[in-house]
Amino acid sequence: MKILVSGKAEGIVLKSKYPINFLGTVDKKTGIISDENHDLYQKSIKDTILVFPSGVGSSVGAYTIYSIKSNDTAPLAMVCTKADLTVATGCALANIPVIIISDKEFSSIKNGQKITLDTESNLLILQK
Amino acid sequence: MELTKDEESALKGEQGEILEMAYRILVATGEATDAEKLIPIEWAHLSGVNYNTIGNAGEEFLSSISKNARVKVKTTLNPMGFDIDNVKNYDLDKNFISKQLSIRNSYETMGVIPSFSCIPYEIFDIPKDGTQVAFAESNAAIHTNSFDNLKTNKESAFSALASAIVGKSPYSSLRKEDSPNITIRMKVDNPNELTYGMLGFFAGKVGDTSVNISGLGEMDKRQTKAMCGGMGTSGTCAKFNFGEGESDCEKIDFDEKEMQTVHDELNTAEKGDIITLGSPQLGLDEISDLTAKLKGRSFQKRCMVFMPRTVKEQSTKIGYIAELERAGCEILADCCTCLSPLISKDSVDAVTTNSIKGAFYLKNSNEVDVNLKPLLQIVEDETR
Repeated sequence: MKILVSGKAEGIVLKSKYPINFLGTVDKKTGIISDENHDLYQKSIKDTILVFPSGVGSSVGAYTIYSIKSNDTAPLAMVCTKADLTVATGCALANIPVIIISDKEFSSIKNGQKITLDTESNLLILQK
Repeated sequence: MELTKDEESALKGEQGEILEMAYRILVATGEATDAEKLIPIEWAHLSGVNYNTIGNAGEEFLSSISKNARVKVKTTLNPMGFDIDNVKNYDLDKNFISKQLSIRNSYETMGVIPSFSCIPYEIFDIPKDGTQVAFAESNAAIHTNSFDNLKTNKESAFSALASAIVGKSPYSSLRKEDSPNITIRMKVDNPNELTYGMLGFFAGKVGDTSVNISGLGEMDKRQTKAMCGGMGTSGTCAKFNFGEGESDCEKIDFDEKEMQTVHDELNTAEKGDIITLGSPQLGLDEISDLTAKLKGRSFQKRCMVFMPRTVKEQSTKIGYIAELERAGCEILADCCTCLSPLISKDSVDAVTTNSIKGAFYLKNSNEVDVNLKPLLQIVEDETR
């Protein structure tokens, strides 16, 4: 596990197998994904532990992450398999913990599962 | 990534919220790019200025941090959305103007030099060879790595801002030694600036962090800028290394066929309703050359000419601006073709330009068609 932005979080997993383009496909007021081709279409990322491969698209998407945090519609933490600069800098701006995990760890996480994350002690606990 | 005690303390918030956030950005960027440490930089160049690109979220963020944040090193700034001297001549809404002025004010409050230029390498003195800088504007990062012997990664708006505030950048990628694994061989004869723009666009698509490039011949400033602008538009690549490279490098030819593919992707119209020159913005050499080319001739349609304010001031003194205006040019300082709100698809169907970078953004952001031509041909076809 690699820590991009440190912190602690506990919450329910919202998992996607697709990358997320934060600029344009996440509604800043509600945190709802508006891309109808995405597997999280019409789902809200607010207060979730958002588990997805990586961010894609314009680096200006980092401002979207900052906005959803200001609007209280941001995830509690993000968990990715690939480090990308939009998610890294966006979460750094917004102070949302982000970690990078292996593909194997990624496949072991299930939608709706409860997760506890604490980067200080390198902990990622999955509860059944 | 290893941090010093002082850096750890700043990251924990012991030196205030602004430094905490700036270090959080540098650490996140550094971890994402496998940096081993932070190193000092001497100059930051920021993107994220045009209200068209950063929107309300950007405007609010900058307004909020500018209360306390101050830049620590020389920091320059990308173009904004308009030229305050003539914005009233364009149909731009009041909200855009006031938000853009708020962004300008926030940067100035933070101590940033209001250069509003995407060609910092042409209008500021270049530090000594090997100096580490942090440039967010892609064409500037590529130019400065390839032609000015400085070192930068292709920074994001946020990593460059954090570097400006802290005076450091993550030590990774192009800041260390790089050895590209691809060599692009230029195989097109008699290239003009449009050819070099397409070559850059092609190189940006096939390259990752940097590429070797061979067969270039002598290039003028217009051509080098076109090549850097083209590359910055199409990918993440941020450096040309000149030469064939190591023998095990993959060799890729840029020939007439590859050029045609790029041309077909970006050229979508037979002719334009207006002409734009300057993406990247024009420097003094290009203004001088344009003035000479337009001697005794006038444009038969609108021609917008974009340049930094300092270049406009110098050109005014020399008499170039009066001559360009006589030839029918609209002179615009502080802004650029690229991501300009002054070109609207409501009033313009297609734009003629010699810029690949401009073409890409006109097509994808302004959603207008583009007619690509080298400057010589634009002058020949569009002036009398």
